[in-house]
Amino acid sequence: MSATSDQAHSVVAPSGASKTIAGALVIVYALVTIIPLVWIVMTSFKTPPDSIAYPPKLIFTPSIEGYCNLFTTRTRQTPEYIAALPPAETECDRVVRSRNMVIAGPSNVIPRFINSIVIAFGSTFLAVFLGTITAYGFSRFKVPLADDLLFFILSTRFMPPIAVAIPIYLMYRTIGLSDTQLGMILLYTAVNVSLAVWLLKGFIDEIPREYEEAALIDGYSRLHAFVKVVLPQAATGIAATAIFCLIFAWNEYAFAVLLTSGTAQTMPPFIPFIIGEGGQDWPAVAAGTTLFLIPIFVFTVLLRKHLLRGITFGAVRK
Amino acid sequence: MAEVALSGVTKRFRTVTAVDGLDLTVADGEFLVLLGPTGAGKTTTLRLVAGLERADSGTVRIGGHDVTTLDPSSRDVAFVFQQYSLYPHLTAYDNLAFPLRSPARRVPEAEISQRIEEIATMLRIAGKLQNRATQLSGGEMQRVAIGRALVRRPSIYLMDEPLSSLDAKLRADLRLELKRIQGELGATVLYVTHDQTEAMTMANRIGVIENGRLIQVGTPREIYTEPRNVYVATRLGQPAINLLPAGLVPNGAVPAGARTVGARTEHFRIKKAAGDAAVGRVEWIEHLGDQNHLHVAVGDQKIVTLVDPDARLERGDGISLALVDPLYFDAAGNRIRGGG
Repeated sequence: MSATSDQAHSVVAPSGASKTIAGALVIVYALVTIIPLVWIVMTSFKTPPDSIAYPPKLIFTPSIEGYCNLFTTRTRQTPEYIAALPPAETECDRVVRSRNMVIAGPSNVIPRFINSIVIAFGSTFLAVFLGTITAYGFSRFKVPLADDLLFFILSTRFMPPIAVAIPIYLMYRTIGLSDTQLGMILLYTAVNVSLAVWLLKGFIDEIPREYEEAALIDGYSRLHAFVKVVLPQAATGIAATAIFCLIFAWNEYAFAVLLTSGTAQTMPPFIPFIIGEGGQDWPAVAAGTTLFLIPIFVFTVLLRKHLLRGITFGAVRK
Repeated sequence: MAEVALSGVTKRFRTVTAVDGLDLTVADGEFLVLLGPTGAGKTTTLRLVAGLERADSGTVRIGGHDVTTLDPSSRDVAFVFQQYSLYPHLTAYDNLAFPLRSPARRVPEAEISQRIEEIATMLRIAGKLQNRATQLSGGEMQRVAIGRALVRRPSIYLMDEPLSSLDAKLRADLRLELKRIQGELGATVLYVTHDQTEAMTMANRIGVIENGRLIQVGTPREIYTEPRNVYVATRLGQPAINLLPAGLVPNGAVPAGARTVGARTEHFRIKKAAGDAAVGRVEWIEHLGDQNHLHVAVGDQKIVTLVDPDARLERGDGISLALVDPLYFDAAGNRIRGGG
């Protein structure tokens, strides 16, 4: 900002002072948000005694014990038994033996993590796919009772999940969908599709019909025009909707804890179980949480570019 | 290229009749301009020819084939929209290639690139082909949009005020180019506008449309000098035709039944006058450089006409007015021939 004395003050450009204050507020907010995450990641690399030390340790010797405990099940043995074993092959063997335990086998974390990935991404894909074509239909065609139908779609979201969890549990048990990945995918899709339709309808309404009409005249079918012209321009909205749907499905706890117990269990109900396996193993819990944070973090960062790009701006003269 | 014929075409939107029993034939190789104000049904007529709207009654024929119920993609027409003209996620090149790559055509890429090169040179956008649509200026965007129609060899080009969103200079340039290109290609064009200059300069024939009805079709000269009624007369002429009660301004024999006299600039004979000879008074003069607009009051009646910049008239001057061969209209607004 180079506002010399003979220039009029801009009424819309922020002054230096307000920019500084705004910047400071953003930094404070970012710290408030990031510190708990940093603390979780730090805890995952602490030893159990360090993790509960008071005052809390900011400087510590990193350990992979939390991750070893997360990925394995262990049994306690006598020092004599451990001394008689062949030398430790891995760092995890060594760390575990120092606590008078041996690794008995892998834990359930990897199957649970895969469940989370399959269910969250599967339901996100389905919800966004159904949401996009439904929103397009409502946006472009004369649907009888369109307003009532849209309200009905929204109304499916009114009920808190916990209120319908028991009926769904009974229904799923009858038709054999309880504790299955498919059951969870369908359930999360049903919850998310209303959000997806409403969000995407807003985005698709913003895309002028003239583009499709031009494509129709240029020799494309309605479906081709949708794929070649509408989808690329709706990309920003689709990305935003996908993030919302994924965040819901990835974090969902109430349905997951009631409807899954074993084969289809996701990470949210699994993480509390880690605490129970041999005392309060906070580094292992933190390691599980860190692992749980990574996919959503990567997904959001990948789509961030799409969210910010706003590809249609400037091509339209209004 | 082909002849396009609409006969008895009617289109209603709920209670509004947008196009009402329209009969219109665009001859092969003709540049026909539909002229009318916003809401007159011009755009709906284009969309009916394109197949973006389905006629409630009547038929649309292209090259002798009845296409009334065909989809837009099967009609072999090209459309230039007023705005939203380019696909924003594609480059200028891909925008031009888009119709050629369609499932309906599937032109080989080598031929596509050759045709685009030709058209890009013609429209002077060859240097901008790799730019994204969003990086083009308004004029370049509209050239690419016109190019997207020209790369094809459709039966007819339909253009919906393609120049209206451009600034005056660019509009004048593109107007000439468009007419030149149309001549070179021998293209059949149905062009919609509310701009009388575009209509006068580009059209082989003008169709004047009002409330979905075609009022008169003819060459620009015919429409200008032989308007069928008051409405058509007010469409053309700058400044607009003056509509005066018959007998207000002295002129020769007024035909029987004439209620309104339509007086354009060329019908007036104006002289500075004083005393009883002064029929009107100069209220205002707009100096436009090459010409002056003279605002005259005759009683309560306002008249706007052109005046020679050399005529030494000033505000407040008394003037005498005479009319030579003006247009006469009856009580219903229809033109009466003959007289004065």
